[in-house]
Amino acid sequence: MKDLSPLTGAVHHDRIHDSAIKHVTGRADYTDDIAEPAGTLHAYLGVATVTHGTIRTMNLDRVRQASGVVDVLTARDVPGVNDLSPTGRNDEPIFPDTVEYHGQPIFAVIAHSRDAARRAAELADVSYDILPHATDALSAQAAGLPQVTDPLKLERGDVAAGQATAPHRIKARMTVGGQDHMYLEGHIAFAIPGEDDDVIVHCSTQHPSEAQHMVAHALGVPLNAVTVNVRRMGGGFGGKESQMNLFAAVAAIAAKRLHRPVKIRPDRDQDMTATGKRHDFVIDYDVAFDDDGRIHAVDGHFAARCGYSSDLSGPVTDRALFHADNAYFYPHVRLTSRPQKTNTVSNTAFRGFGGPQGVIAAERMIEEVAYALGKDPLEVRRTNFYGTEGRDLTPYHQQVTDNIIGRVVDELADSARYQARRAEILQHNAQGGILRRGIALTPVKFGISFTATHYNQAGALVHVYNDGSIHLNHGGTEMGQGLNTKIAQVLADAFQVDFDRIKITKTTTEKVPNTSATAASSGSDLNGMAALDAADQIKARLVSFAAETWGVAADEVRFLPNAVQIGAEVVPFDTLIRRAYMARVHLSAAGFYKTPDIHWDRAAGKGRPFFYYAYGAACSEVTIDTLTGEYRVDRTDILHDVGRSLNPVLDRGQVEGAFLQGMGWLTTEELWWDDQGRLRTHAPSTYKIPLASDRPRIFNVALAEWSENRERTIKRSKAVGEPPFMLGISVFEALSMAVASVADYRVCPRLDAPATPERVLIAVERLKAG
Amino acid sequence: MDQQTDIRFLLNGQEIIARDAPATRTLLDFLRIEQRLTGTKEGCAEGDCGACTVLVGRLQDGALRYETVNACIRFLASLNGCHVVTVEHLTGPEGRLHPVQQAMVDHHGSQCGFCTPGFVMSLYALWMQTPQPTVTEVETAIQGNLCRCTGYEPIVKAALAVNSYGSPVHDHLTRERDTITARLAALQPAGRVVTGPDDDRAILPADVDDLAQVLAETPQATIVAGATDVGLWVTKLMRPISPVVFVGHLEELKRIDLTDTALTLGAGVTYSEAESAIATAFPHLNDYWARIAGWQVRNMGTIGGNIANGSPIGDTPPVLIALGATLTLRNAAGQRTLPLEAFFIDYGKQDRAKGEFVESLSIPRPQPGQINAAYKISKRRDEDISSVAAGISVTRTGDIITDARVAFGGMSATPRRARAAEAALIGQPWTKAAFDAAANALSQDFTPLSDWRASADYRLLVAGNLLRRFFLEQDGQTSVRLDVA
Repeated sequence: MKDLSPLTGAVHHDRIHDSAIKHVTGRADYTDDIAEPAGTLHAYLGVATVTHGTIRTMNLDRVRQASGVVDVLTARDVPGVNDLSPTGRNDEPIFPDTVEYHGQPIFAVIAHSRDAARRAAELADVSYDILPHATDALSAQAAGLPQVTDPLKLERGDVAAGQATAPHRIKARMTVGGQDHMYLEGHIAFAIPGEDDDVIVHCSTQHPSEAQHMVAHALGVPLNAVTVNVRRMGGGFGGKESQMNLFAAVAAIAAKRLHRPVKIRPDRDQDMTATGKRHDFVIDYDVAFDDDGRIHAVDGHFAARCGYSSDLSGPVTDRALFHADNAYFYPHVRLTSRPQKTNTVSNTAFRGFGGPQGVIAAERMIEEVAYALGKDPLEVRRTNFYGTEGRDLTPYHQQVTDNIIGRVVDELADSARYQARRAEILQHNAQGGILRRGIALTPVKFGISFTATHYNQAGALVHVYNDGSIHLNHGGTEMGQGLNTKIAQVLADAFQVDFDRIKITKTTTEKVPNTSATAASSGSDLNGMAALDAADQIKARLVSFAAETWGVAADEVRFLPNAVQIGAEVVPFDTLIRRAYMARVHLSAAGFYKTPDIHWDRAAGKGRPFFYYAYGAACSEVTIDTLTGEYRVDRTDILHDVGRSLNPVLDRGQVEGAFLQGMGWLTTEELWWDDQGRLRTHAPSTYKIPLASDRPRIFNVALAEWSENRERTIKRSKAVGEPPFMLGISVFEALSMAVASVADYRVCPRLDAPATPERVLIAVERLKAG
Repeated sequence: MDQQTDIRFLLNGQEIIARDAPATRTLLDFLRIEQRLTGTKEGCAEGDCGACTVLVGRLQDGALRYETVNACIRFLASLNGCHVVTVEHLTGPEGRLHPVQQAMVDHHGSQCGFCTPGFVMSLYALWMQTPQPTVTEVETAIQGNLCRCTGYEPIVKAALAVNSYGSPVHDHLTRERDTITARLAALQPAGRVVTGPDDDRAILPADVDDLAQVLAETPQATIVAGATDVGLWVTKLMRPISPVVFVGHLEELKRIDLTDTALTLGAGVTYSEAESAIATAFPHLNDYWARIAGWQVRNMGTIGGNIANGSPIGDTPPVLIALGATLTLRNAAGQRTLPLEAFFIDYGKQDRAKGEFVESLSIPRPQPGQINAAYKISKRRDEDISSVAAGISVTRTGDIITDARVAFGGMSATPRRARAAEAALIGQPWTKAAFDAAANALSQDFTPLSDWRASADYRLLVAGNLLRRFFLEQDGQTSVRLDVA
């Protein structure tokens, strides 16, 4: 999009990431790059070497005596509450008495260097009373392990009646793997003690208020003693919404105890073993449908590997159910979750927050129906899209009022030439051959808002200094998504000033209190509105000052690019600010926003949890090698809805990145536990996220430029962080089609995720064997 | 002659003398902790993410050659006489962005920015070597760089555009080439270098004779060439490896000798250095070679090291065994040569006596009628460890298979030949049935393990299917392989 505005960095226009130049020069500071004060110490976690067992004895003498060691922390040394559970369930000790997963931290060592701490952490002599373990949801359920939190049931209509009227019914099971965040910057916290109870913690976190809360909880001090700062993260993806708590708490406890700055940074192996991941699910679905492919009833059960504690598993498994309809109307539906406790690290938030696992279940059901009837899956998709009158109610009784999926899919099917290419692929596969191809066009509809209604609030703090420069602070955090850039654009638009006039500052609990996580794709929706509110307050004061001083009506004061028109006069922005300051006008404001109109009754399974929906669709074509299971993505076309984009080029970057991350989840990213309960894929050498050469050979990405949010969101834009993650499902379903070709599409392949080359080949062999 | 007891190198514009440098001090820790050059990031400390990518320039046959390396597993002591270039060195004195940096900014190639300096360095090296790359060349150059945010599309576009922002001719490393060459020449040690504390000792022999002498004196020493495996023993396992004998600088181990009959590679030849000779002598290894690790690791890792560490999943042994390669070992007493497959005795056990080192590898060039193939199966196409690697060399005389050497990695405790499969082929007519029989015979040859890379069933199935693929490819069937299609 060409920038036609006289302002630089105007809203709705492309603008580079505010830190782009710092990124490419290496001058962007991450937490580990902050200069360390003299005397800084380094902490490292000592971890359990069993999967489940009570600690009988723990002798840390050798740890204490190791070279460079200053101190050791155990559960007894936690001055406040030995708990990190983000939902207050008191089920997630900093250091436990009973080990509940392999690699669980059981103590910390503090030393003069990180290397010394890391080496000393290996020297503990610990004995355990071993207990039986179960690492996956099904075996854990069979072993009688409880659920980590209350399950959810969503129900509408009469499933039995719906099944009775449908001529066809398919029951099947799908296993969907988890996913490690693999942010390039691992967890880190750096605590600097202050006077009295005070402590400042620099931490790579999406949720500074949560880290503040946990540090205060662990130290036994009020929240006002703890300041948490984060300028930027090297990626978050949900992995730093609650998982930083451990590191922030340990650094803060050590810093206060030793009166020295303390930094803790796990290595990649420890980061991956000791922090949670995307939940893997076992999904049992029962879909009843008619000859036209129209779904009559859905009964779905979603069991999730939650790990040893609840963490965010309640809302994650809830969101899986909220999205088990994807874009489809189920006349009769019952969805149940099982947040299953397992002897694994506690799983957590990850882009989509359970939603992708719900969406893939919906897409698998569509595929089942299509194969059973010999139809093009896209036809079945269209048949079941939400519609109007009587076909617009979700399983949680929210009416879908902003549905644009039909148009998105139609436009994409046209631009990607879906029908023609599918015909050509069918013809190619009909010739037999080793290499088979597949194509799939899958939609996504994603609900925007935190389902915990109280999280849907945000604050911002804006100062206009008397030289006309502007200081922007808000409660959101920057993890690469360009949130700060977008909010600065909103502010530039509000004041009609150039982007460069606005200083973006680190997120800190000192400036904006009680913030929500930068999560649920809500960062710009919430914080953008809060910043706008702050700007509007300052502007109102400026307008009133100008009107009074120049003797004009308030509506004769207009903000022009870098200037203000006051009656017939045009005053430079700087001049107005200077004069307002001299006249003692308050040039600072705290803004606030809360999302209107949303409510949710979990017990009843009814409400309007989502303010609006974001939509999108992807069409992917793949080729598989039926001798090896290897594959390649030949082409992907995407059309995605971000409403009226705040910054099209950044949104496009989110769409592309989310797609590839979603594809990785369903293809090469595999978490593998051995029979002793050890995670064996815990570093990039064993856990394979996509590379440049894995991205589609042809990749066409477009935003639905005609779309505008029907709700009054910030500049009518829509959230973009999570929804396009699910576009990766198109690759999975295309792989499924290529596999199905070996049995002439008579059978919907039993393909679990991730569809590694091995799973693809095994699925091919299974079909060949009939 | 006095021994040099420090490590001397150039860091950006500055000469560094690291006194008492411990053998296992990594370049990354040196940069970030000692020099406070924090633009170079730690993402994994195992050479798999590329966030720590820097350039290392070194003199080879008097010529200055810059390559990307992973600073996280590169030991400081191996940098004697080298030029280390970090991201901080790219920006011009007046703060002007380098063409690579400007292209990345303009194409929105960064989101969180943590991987970005590493990408910038890889793209910098690519641009210097290939100013106008193809998409495939870009993808190959950034195989060793992970990005979790962008989906890579903008980074690839930036890489394709760099040359429109400026030519490498005007780059300061080009302009200063003569100066740097002279400075590095002055830093080359006169003899053996010994540095570091007693429990973390680094020894850089003066030449190969001296290496034999060092190993005779300290047979327990750990030999380190590229450190792409040993580096992880230190960074991940914290294993003590002192004393460490570094061999990567020894020019005699870097000889590449291509004759009409064989290619002989010194044990210190890196994958990158061998690339063009391999492509000439064994074109079937071309694609395979580009799938060994990532670019940074290919610039550091040596074929000698890949063999000497005896891993059952090393990429080169299966294909070299199939080609009938021989290995020459040496110690102070002399040399001996053995067939490569005889070197691998059992898991973690090789036919290398204390004090011996791998000196060279000789690979006979294909005979008329010899058909060769190399296949790698991995979860991810690039920069992954193989679940199965196969080298297949079959000699076809008329319609009869007169010889067959089939070797696999990932199928047993060592890389080794599939004797039953070979027997099923030799003397048989060139037919699908013969290859089916060979595929079926693999279950007599191997009882593979299940692990996180692949299950035993998949390994056995896919290994057999690779023999079938080999037949189909030679049988004139097109489109039996994704890479070729």
